Amino acid sequence: MTGASSGIGRGISVACAKMGAKLVLSGRNELRLQETLASLEGEGHMVLSGDLNSEETRKEIVDKIPALNGVTYCAGISQIQMAKFMDQSSLEGLFQTNVFSPLMLNTLLLKKKKIQKKSSIIFISSISGVYRSQIGEGGYGATKAALAGYVKSLALELAAQGVRVNTIHPGVVETPLLEVSNGTFGEEELEALRQKYPLKRFGKPEDIANCVVYLLSDASSWMTGSNILIDGGFTLK
Amino acid sequence: MTLDEFVTVFAEEFEETPAEQFKADTVYKKLDEWGSLTALSIIALAMENFEKKITGADLRACNTIEDLYNFIQAK
Repeated sequence: MTGASSGIGRGISVACAKMGAKLVLSGRNELRLQETLASLEGEGHMVLSGDLNSEETRKEIVDKIPALNGVTYCAGISQIQMAKFMDQSSLEGLFQTNVFSPLMLNTLLLKKKKIQKKSSIIFISSISGVYRSQIGEGGYGATKAALAGYVKSLALELAAQGVRVNTIHPGVVETPLLEVSNGTFGEEELEALRQKYPLKRFGKPEDIANCVVYLLSDASSWMTGSNILIDGGFTLK
Repeated sequence: MTLDEFVTVFAEEFEETPAEQFKADTVYKKLDEWGSLTALSIIALAMENFEKKITGADLRACNTIEDLYNFIQAK
């Protein structure tokens, strides 16, 4: 579980632990990972803090973990930058965290045979860049669309081993990541956006977590290469 | 950057409004073209030219282009 220290990643960890999963929690912040750990039911969970943007850290983490039955790639950052004002270095930072690191971690897990047969792999993408977007969201949306594209191929490559790969595309979910946009857009704009959701609220981490539980379980054993939209009806309008 | 220079670069972010309409005492929120697109451009402008981060709330709090210039300088 990458990005387990906060937001959707933490919500998913809690839900999976409740369903009996033994988790490996990954994140940059040791303190917040410990807080996630403290909120988990069950035992046998592992906490491995470190920056997944570092190849060395990825190697260390992969060496320490047992063979897995499931992986959820949830770590990601957000950025608001209009096309006219984009700079290479910000864009590279965004792509490194949101695309290169999860993909390279996945490569390493496969190489080191840490993904068992019949496993389930999930990438948390977004409605942004795939179904919708907003001004200033081009870079972020591009990284989320990248994940959706990658998964179509990965699903084919791993199907023979019974490993399924899917993406989830959340709408706006109430997490610390939302504070990034909140800083620029403000409470009034956020409230206006909230009202645009047919179900009249933003998502909560549990809304996404419940879907991850389904995808990780045998209940979804015939589902692979799918993009699952969970957005409170937002893209209908 | 002087106030006059700021007024010029501010005006450049507007595609539809002629440059002559922009003065130090222009209440930018009253311009027809003012909206989320231009607001975001001005936020980016502040970062690019002054390396200062301003928010939507800051833009709402200031009135004229001169107010905004002074606000950014004071940050």
